[in-house]
Amino acid sequence: MSTEHLPDLAGHFGRFGGRFVPEALVRALDELDAVYRKAKTDPVFQERFAGLLRDYAGTPSLLYRAERLSAALGAEVLLKREDLNHTGAHKVRNVLGQALLTREMGKRRVIAETGAGQHGVASATAAALLDLECVVYMGEVDTERQALNVARMRMLGATVVPVTAGSRTLKDALNEALRDWVSSVDTTHYLLGTAAGPHPFPEIVRDFVGGIGVEAREQCLTQLGRLPDAVTACVGGGSNAIGIFHAFVGDEAVRLYGFEAGGDGVGTGRHAASITGGSLGVLHGARTFVLQDDDGQTVESHSISAGLDYPGVGPEHAWLHETGRAVYEPVTDAEAMAAFQLLCRTEGIIPAIESAHALAGTAKIIPALAAELGRTPTVVVNLSGRGDKDVHTAGAYFGILADNETIVPGENA
Amino acid sequence: MSISEVFAKAKAEDRAVLVGCMPAGFPTVEHSIASMKAMAEAGCDVIEVELPYSDPVMDGPVIQRASDIALAGGVRTRDTLRAIEAVAATGTAVVLMTYWNPIEKYGVDAFARDLAAAGATGLITPDLIPDEAGEWIAASDRHGIDRTFLVSPSSTDDRIAMTTGHCRGFVYATALMGVTGARTSVSQQAPELVARVRAAAPDLPVGVGLGVGTGAQAAEVAAFADGVIVGSALVRCVLEAPDAATGERRLRELSAELAEGVRSR
Repeated sequence: MSTEHLPDLAGHFGRFGGRFVPEALVRALDELDAVYRKAKTDPVFQERFAGLLRDYAGTPSLLYRAERLSAALGAEVLLKREDLNHTGAHKVRNVLGQALLTREMGKRRVIAETGAGQHGVASATAAALLDLECVVYMGEVDTERQALNVARMRMLGATVVPVTAGSRTLKDALNEALRDWVSSVDTTHYLLGTAAGPHPFPEIVRDFVGGIGVEAREQCLTQLGRLPDAVTACVGGGSNAIGIFHAFVGDEAVRLYGFEAGGDGVGTGRHAASITGGSLGVLHGARTFVLQDDDGQTVESHSISAGLDYPGVGPEHAWLHETGRAVYEPVTDAEAMAAFQLLCRTEGIIPAIESAHALAGTAKIIPALAAELGRTPTVVVNLSGRGDKDVHTAGAYFGILADNETIVPGENA
Repeated sequence: MSISEVFAKAKAEDRAVLVGCMPAGFPTVEHSIASMKAMAEAGCDVIEVELPYSDPVMDGPVIQRASDIALAGGVRTRDTLRAIEAVAATGTAVVLMTYWNPIEKYGVDAFARDLAAAGATGLITPDLIPDEAGEWIAASDRHGIDRTFLVSPSSTDDRIAMTTGHCRGFVYATALMGVTGARTSVSQQAPELVARVRAAAPDLPVGVGLGVGTGAQAAEVAAFADGVIVGSALVRCVLEAPDAATGERRLRELSAELAEGVRSR
């Protein structure tokens, strides 16, 4: 099966995706689509993008054979080290691409939404580099639990706007960014942070982060002489996952696993697992799986990971789930934090809590995969980000903050 | 009365139609019904009921707040249908405005059926463009519901032609690039947009919304449009009132002022 031809020209992945937006945004989306099509085949643009990724972001990221983790999990585990990228996550790839597109469109202002602050920091970084004005919308609750990232964005010259509407988290930041965009679309590009939203965003973001999978595939062939048995990633909106999956979709023997944030457990209702615990709906411009009640009102999501704490998912993941090409499973907060600790202790790598979900899910699927294959499986895990931003959350979770240190909400370290 | 009849009647009287908007269930279902009846009695020709939604990306702070209050009060889709039924029973023309997901969740055909049964004549869809509306176009045809899509100053002439071609009853022209909410002056982009719509669809009435909140602004818009759509300014009457009686008085006063405005084009 191949998704090379997807989405269709109107942005549909099967019955998912599309454009459920106010008419006011259609012209901007059409313009973005046209500029992107041109950039895709423009060698000058592509060389500029490749140059920034190589010289500025520090890619290709390493594919690292994690020996002690492998021993602990009973598999050959390779970590795709996106945590080593500039700004600490895969997101830098997307923002550099979109910031370049912004310049191509002749616009000088970008807006972005952010949950944990990672996409906001990445956007502020790209905006500083390419001399763009940057405004970041962030739920008020998130500005408090990620205060350090707020400071980072401001240092980089961005304006951070706390959003006080609705549940004051990522989905509300996205609403507010869309409202800004409806009013400012002539001069402003919406630098959407994940492979979701209205067409052409899911496709553009997928392509800009798609280098993760292209690199990983080549690295596997070079370092192992073969493809892995499985590729795994965490899924919130789904950009890091689609970024590593896409190059492998045509390799039918390579299993693809996406791990959603199961929060307290999907059965408790307190989770962010849109595919495994949600239902078909329309949110933020696309038809996909959504956490919603019987009336189609969006339900608040819950996860220890701010970056996965979102009640929707990119439409291509909905499609990969429906076709069975990728398998999606929930991972609870507790499972993710156990994996977080395991990676710290076995490899000396502090992962983002988002990426810890990928590790935890990988640990869960290994026994069945080994049994099915009749040998030790080889698994590539997308280590999408580093855990510096999560030290406070994890320190509090494990009860290991210094005895004389009081935990003050909003003073993340 | 159907929307087309309301517009035809206003045209015969050489005036514009006044469309007044209120979220169902704000602050309670009964209170919202009373508000809408008061608006109709005081001069609104059409009541636009808004279905409260958790993620209203086309709405500014006033309607967001009202929607939040309605949802926090537990309003359900069926309550919105009940409010429509109560207002339509008085003989007032009622249209619904809703974001798309609640309809998709309800079931598109079932929703069109129940909307018609409740007495609404049309549906305004702020985040559903005709490109994605195949199922809705079929269902609204089956159940005789008028379709109002939006056009914007950023719409190309091709899109205006396509969008108005799928409308029935009237088309909603957003006066400016932005979200709902009263503004201090009427957008300068609105007359040009209305002219472009008329060029594409000479027989389709054009309602103009976004940023209209006073009688003088209503008169200004009535000079070039067939309908004047007012939301946030009316909602604010209830939102900011110290008690229900004051809110209703302000609602009647503003409705009357706006009704006078649409008659002094």
